[in-house]
Amino acid sequence: MIQTRGERTFTVFSAVVMILLTVFAFLPFLLIVIASFTEETALIRNGYSFFPEHTSLEAYRYIKSSAYIFIRAYGVSFLVTILGTAIGLLITSMLAYPMSRSDFKYHNTLAFVVFFTMLFSGGIVPSYIMWTQYFHIKNTLWALILPNLLANGFNVLLVRNYFKNNVPLEIIEAAQIDGASELRTFFRIMLPLSMPVMATVGMFMGLAYWNDWINALYFVSKPQLYGIQNLLMQLMSNIQFLNSGQAGSVLGADTVSLPSTAVRMAMAVLGIVPVLFVLPFMQKYLTRGVVIGAVKG
Amino acid sequence: MTARRKSPSKPLKKTLPLLILAGPGLLYFLINSYFPMFGVFIAFKDVNYAKGIFGSDWIGFKNFAFLFQTSDAWIMTRNTLLYNLAFIALGTIVSIIIAILMSELLNKLYSKLFMTGLILPNLISMIVLSLLVFAFLNADSGFVNHSILRPLGIPEINWYSEAKYWPYLLVLIQIWKTAGYGSIVYFASIAGIDKSIYESAKIDGAGKLKQIRMITLPLLKPTIIVLVLMSMGRIFNSDFGLFYQVPMNSGALYSTTQTIDTYVYRALMQLNDIGMSAAAGLYQSLVGFALVLTVNAIVKKVNPENALF
Repeated sequence: MIQTRGERTFTVFSAVVMILLTVFAFLPFLLIVIASFTEETALIRNGYSFFPEHTSLEAYRYIKSSAYIFIRAYGVSFLVTILGTAIGLLITSMLAYPMSRSDFKYHNTLAFVVFFTMLFSGGIVPSYIMWTQYFHIKNTLWALILPNLLANGFNVLLVRNYFKNNVPLEIIEAAQIDGASELRTFFRIMLPLSMPVMATVGMFMGLAYWNDWINALYFVSKPQLYGIQNLLMQLMSNIQFLNSGQAGSVLGADTVSLPSTAVRMAMAVLGIVPVLFVLPFMQKYLTRGVVIGAVKG
Repeated sequence: MTARRKSPSKPLKKTLPLLILAGPGLLYFLINSYFPMFGVFIAFKDVNYAKGIFGSDWIGFKNFAFLFQTSDAWIMTRNTLLYNLAFIALGTIVSIIIAILMSELLNKLYSKLFMTGLILPNLISMIVLSLLVFAFLNADSGFVNHSILRPLGIPEINWYSEAKYWPYLLVLIQIWKTAGYGSIVYFASIAGIDKSIYESAKIDGAGKLKQIRMITLPLLKPTIIVLVLMSMGRIFNSDFGLFYQVPMNSGALYSTTQTIDTYVYRALMQLNDIGMSAAAGLYQSLVGFALVLTVNAIVKKVNPENALF
């Protein structure tokens, strides 16, 4: 297509605005990355800056020296993310499969049971009381996995729609005429044919687990069970505490040993790094996945 | 073979394996979503752990009466609604602008690069986001006070204790985090528009802006309406992290940062007021439910194909 002059101008204008917007989206990340490499005294004297006076690897050295705290938090986060995503994907797809089978008597009943959870909920208080008083998940790893995230109606319906629209019933019938059981059909035919949606939903779940901190806020008080997000949050409230001016009198000399600002920023950077690995996959699946999910929910 | 499978004598043999597959998921939804629904009666009780949840005294609507007598009820309702309206209006506009601009870029590689950059903010946790905000706004060394206001000779602002700035800050932060991600659906819709329509408009002498106004926006209208209506259904919910963690749970800011979600959390975990908290939660669930039904009825009227149910 040959562009007219007006169109060329508009294309250039679009490119410039997009570059500015992307820079705007990136700047805050750049600021904390730079802050994590800034010498603490320079941070205090000049504030956060894109052009620090003195760079330093001190923050990362500190993290290395008290590595056990960070490794434990990273471990908790990874464990919860992997376990949660695996279990979540499994039960989500196992539930979505019968829902997708229009020859299955109860497929509409199942769909309604799942869908209704998206419309109405009892609220946080009954959930909280149930999980703590009846299932006793407080201060266990399950507290980070079970409530809220494992599976939700949106994900189940998304997978159901994919199964329904992309794997024709004829394939399933053919497999069963050849003698495959339902379980075998599901694991050997349905799942392998549905890798794109499994990857999309798995990515959503993995991200949600990696970024989750609210479950721990409600159900976990043991620092040993803090993931990377809750460790960061803990360090944040320490900053607030210091800023409130009470720290000097209460903590005395201990103030010095609290992790410095640069360390917090370094930790935030370490918290983002795993997310960056997800980004290319996001890029690949998102447009298709989101459109399927959001427009035809 | 097919005949035997469909014969009425073996219905169980056919449905049972599928029911077993659905079992774990069903059980999970039963526990995580349906049991708590029956727990709404807690809002009508004077909860006393010594007597147990079931043994506690019924007090009718007293929890609701207490809740709506406080100024909190009005503030949190107003905040929740106004923030959501601002998020929906501005978020939609910014997302559409991004989508249109991005679709103008002829080079696929560049548009992929921009898209990646713009969705990154959506992928970070609220904790990391609150750290980013803190790097900009903290009183002594924050970027805004230290590197913008001070050199300009403007008096520095103690952001975390001045409630009046937070409506703007929270809207800006939310748009920053979500607009790029939100633009994807619009981008995909624009990509689906038949290019020949633009060609013929061009032959008729329509410039780019006119093409956008006369072709792109009208064709996006169904998508816009559905997405806006869908977010209207969630207008009584708010992102707990955005309103709790980003303002650092600062008490000085409650007048502009308290939403129903943060109130429920504080009443439950910090004030230990289970009854009031349950009442606020039920208020939120019921109004939310009514809103979703209303919105669905509207969508059905506008475009039956897009109705949620």
